[in-house]
Amino acid sequence: MMPVETAEEAKKDATYLKALKDLIYQCADDDFIISFRGSEWLGLAPHIEEDVAFSSITQNTMGHAVMFYSLLEELGEGKADALAHERQPDERRNAVYLEKKNGEGSYLGEPYYDWALTVVRNFLYETFKKVKLKAITNSSYQPLANVAEKVLMEQPYHLSHWRIWVEQLLASTEDARSRLEERLEEAWYAFGDVLELGQYATEMEHFQLMIGEDELKELWLEEVKTTIKDLPNGTPKKQLGSGREGEHTADFDQALEVLSEVYVSDENAIW
Amino acid sequence: MYIYSGASQPEESSHVDDQEKYEQFMARIEAGEKIEADDWMPDDYRQALIKLISMHGISEIMGALPEKEWVPKAPTLKRKLGIMAKVQDEMGHGQLLLRVAEDLMRPYGKTRGDLMDDLLSGDLKFHNVFHMPTKTWADAGMVGWLVDGAAIISQTNMLDASYGPYQRALQRICQEEVFHAQHGEAIIMALAEGTEHQRQILQESLNRWWSALLMFFGPKSADTTGSSKQDIMIKYRIRKSSNEELRQAFLDKYLPRVFSLGLTVPDETAHYDEEKGEWVYQQPDWNEFKQIIKNKGPRSKERLRLREVAYENNRWVRQALTSEAVGS
Repeated sequence: MMPVETAEEAKKDATYLKALKDLIYQCADDDFIISFRGSEWLGLAPHIEEDVAFSSITQNTMGHAVMFYSLLEELGEGKADALAHERQPDERRNAVYLEKKNGEGSYLGEPYYDWALTVVRNFLYETFKKVKLKAITNSSYQPLANVAEKVLMEQPYHLSHWRIWVEQLLASTEDARSRLEERLEEAWYAFGDVLELGQYATEMEHFQLMIGEDELKELWLEEVKTTIKDLPNGTPKKQLGSGREGEHTADFDQALEVLSEVYVSDENAIW
Repeated sequence: MYIYSGASQPEESSHVDDQEKYEQFMARIEAGEKIEADDWMPDDYRQALIKLISMHGISEIMGALPEKEWVPKAPTLKRKLGIMAKVQDEMGHGQLLLRVAEDLMRPYGKTRGDLMDDLLSGDLKFHNVFHMPTKTWADAGMVGWLVDGAAIISQTNMLDASYGPYQRALQRICQEEVFHAQHGEAIIMALAEGTEHQRQILQESLNRWWSALLMFFGPKSADTTGSSKQDIMIKYRIRKSSNEELRQAFLDKYLPRVFSLGLTVPDETAHYDEEKGEWVYQQPDWNEFKQIIKNKGPRSKERLRLREVAYENNRWVRQALTSEAVGS
């Protein structure tokens, strides 16, 4: 397949365009929601140095979401801000596991957030993101491949941050280890939809936009195993639903309400 | 007040030696030399620095909380990126400053953990502005524009401070604060040029913050609130100007900008007196100020509670990190 160099070219083939847009929505929405969950942690991390590091990662990740939304804007999907703030839950393609609340309470009061969930979730997600972006660097859609290259310049540092957390906590107290293991068990019931490519998975592979789902899962699992030897059996299930197909939970409604509160407060405003 | 019970001199020394060291110390700072962490310093200098820098550091960290309320809610992708970067910087300043304070506290056997305990027990105060509520997005802009604007004025006043580690930290902090003020100003400009609703939340925000901004620089003299460290700070060349001089510099810089945006301040008497060459304004309620810094401000309890929950809730993580297994 010949590389597709511009948005205009991509628009010429309706099936290609559909698969391409779905893939970019998945990338954009995943980064957007996990960055939102990260932003709720701001000021509440286990220590000050972590607050500085985590908020830097969160900010970078939001930057990645912006790059992906901008690609969609070029493809005629509307303004990046509207895509981030106005779309309904069933139009969103982020994985359900990533929208799960950080824990009990709210970032505004009594935030009983769970660091074990955050470490496990970010480690598994950043591992997936690295594998996925590496595959996308060979994508037939050149503007997307370019963004993947750019993101990969900083993203491996994010992964390495969370990998160190996993390694340190697993090698520390019994309490820390069991908290992490519990969250890993949970991830094996819910991480499944992160690893999926949605209804156009076949077309994505066919048009060389992306590698196939099976290969993606395999590469991810291999990479995770280099850090965690003792994983739950099998591959993760998707008991919370499939975000790739627009299924979402009440936790997501909470996220959308907060992140668009000011945006929707004045329809005519330029902020 | 931050008092070290049982604090003793790090080294036993005779009064005569101390007098000689003291004179050398004063000669050094008067010659513009910088004092470093391991240098001899008078105990009241060390204590004044610990009080100043630990309060400054912890205020940066507590100061992240009011703005942070608006980080997840920032209305556009650009604003989300801007405010995330901004609040991250503030946490970074807190970290930088607490490291400076930690070195100063070492002879007393105190650590960062003690500072957190002192914050939660109310012994260590945080800045009056960070006890205030942020009710709308306009407050997120106001914190960047005028609160950070005030911080720039008070911190650039100490850019030549006699204590080297603090002076160097301030160089970096002030550079970043300039970006913060621009970030805040950009939010404010968008609101000022925006819809009626936007202009309304902007004016309400300024009304809400006005007295806290006047209080920012502290009382004119110790007579107002019963205590003020400004004299010792000036004697030891930590800062140059008085509280009132700083407040005047703030009004001088920002009131014309406020008025040019068509905004008003909730003080009809506020004006520039050409003859005296200074701004005339109504004093804020200094009794209220005293209450605020005693953690009896509008949001003091909630903000401290947030820190407390985060601190307690993550105790297992800190325990895990200090366990022997890590790094072995």
